[in-house]
Amino acid sequence: MQALTNTWVYLAQTPLLWLTITLIVYQLSTLLYRRLHSPALLNPIITSIVVLVTLLLVTGTPYDIYFEGAQFVHFLLGPATVALAVPLYRYHKQLIQMFVPVTGVLIIGSLTGILSAVGIGWLFDLSQTTLLSLAPKSITTPIAMGVAERIGGLPSLTTVFVILTGIIGALLGQKWLNLLRISDYSVRGFTMGLAAHGLGTAVAFQEDEEAGAFSGLAMGLNGAVTAILIPVVIKLLGL
Amino acid sequence: MVNAIIILLSFQLIGEIIIRTFSLPVPGPVVGMLLLFVAMLWRDALVARVEETAQYILQNLTLLYVPAAVGVVVHLHLLQTEGLAIIITLVVSTLITISVTSLSMKVLLKAFQAFRKAEGR
Repeated sequence: MQALTNTWVYLAQTPLLWLTITLIVYQLSTLLYRRLHSPALLNPIITSIVVLVTLLLVTGTPYDIYFEGAQFVHFLLGPATVALAVPLYRYHKQLIQMFVPVTGVLIIGSLTGILSAVGIGWLFDLSQTTLLSLAPKSITTPIAMGVAERIGGLPSLTTVFVILTGIIGALLGQKWLNLLRISDYSVRGFTMGLAAHGLGTAVAFQEDEEAGAFSGLAMGLNGAVTAILIPVVIKLLGL
Repeated sequence: MVNAIIILLSFQLIGEIIIRTFSLPVPGPVVGMLLLFVAMLWRDALVARVEETAQYILQNLTLLYVPAAVGVVVHLHLLQTEGLAIIITLVVSTLITISVTSLSMKVLLKAFQAFRKAEGR
């Protein structure tokens, strides 16, 4: 028993344990997803989050300890974002042709993301800090945090809203697009990236490469456009 | 493989340097992505060098979001006071954003194609 305790003490201190567990949980979630013919609610990202959070709570492991292992996976997000240039290049001819309409969609989509969040939140009588932190929830975390800070929101709260939006988009987005009868992969991808940033892009890649390419583009562009529009919108709304 | 990793990391590094030097409100990797895209338009030999590795990473993109997402769920207590209203706001707002974006894109693409065609004649 003492030996077991010692082993646990050792394991709990090295990054090895939680890195390995993260990969195993993700792999098992993927296998389960494929076995059950890819139901949207069991997307590996969702299952992995639920299982890992449960494991952390059950073992009483603080997130910091978990992240010491998981950071090696997390680090790859940077190079992965750069790698989005490859699918972007593959569809660049189509993209250049669509430049004018896509610019219009970008502005419409960005404003919808901001105004719907702030508007619905206002109907629920949420506090001003919460409303300001909600405004950038559709865009990628680092940009969203910067914007939140500039307009007087709480960056930490914004991070929670951003990731929750990503999870909601990953969970419901593609089903909702089916209901709307959107079948064009460029439109499906662009929408997922605009509304649900990186997590939307990740599930867009699961669906189709073209969708992934357009999603990655929308995520990058919407990050920039929303960062510019939010301070103006907030001023106009008098918040 | 090593070549591809060097290229991806170098562009990320250049992106980080640029945003810090000019204090741009965009993440370094996004600038890196745009620079690599431009570089590939300029020299298409670059595509073959990174293609395979890039595809491999992107196929597993969902895995890379797991650590950050787990962190947020652990910090859900931040939502204690207004939790339910916030969740409803996020769900409805996301569905509205998806609806407006996808439908307006469908309409605008169609209108633009029709305009191009009419112009061509």
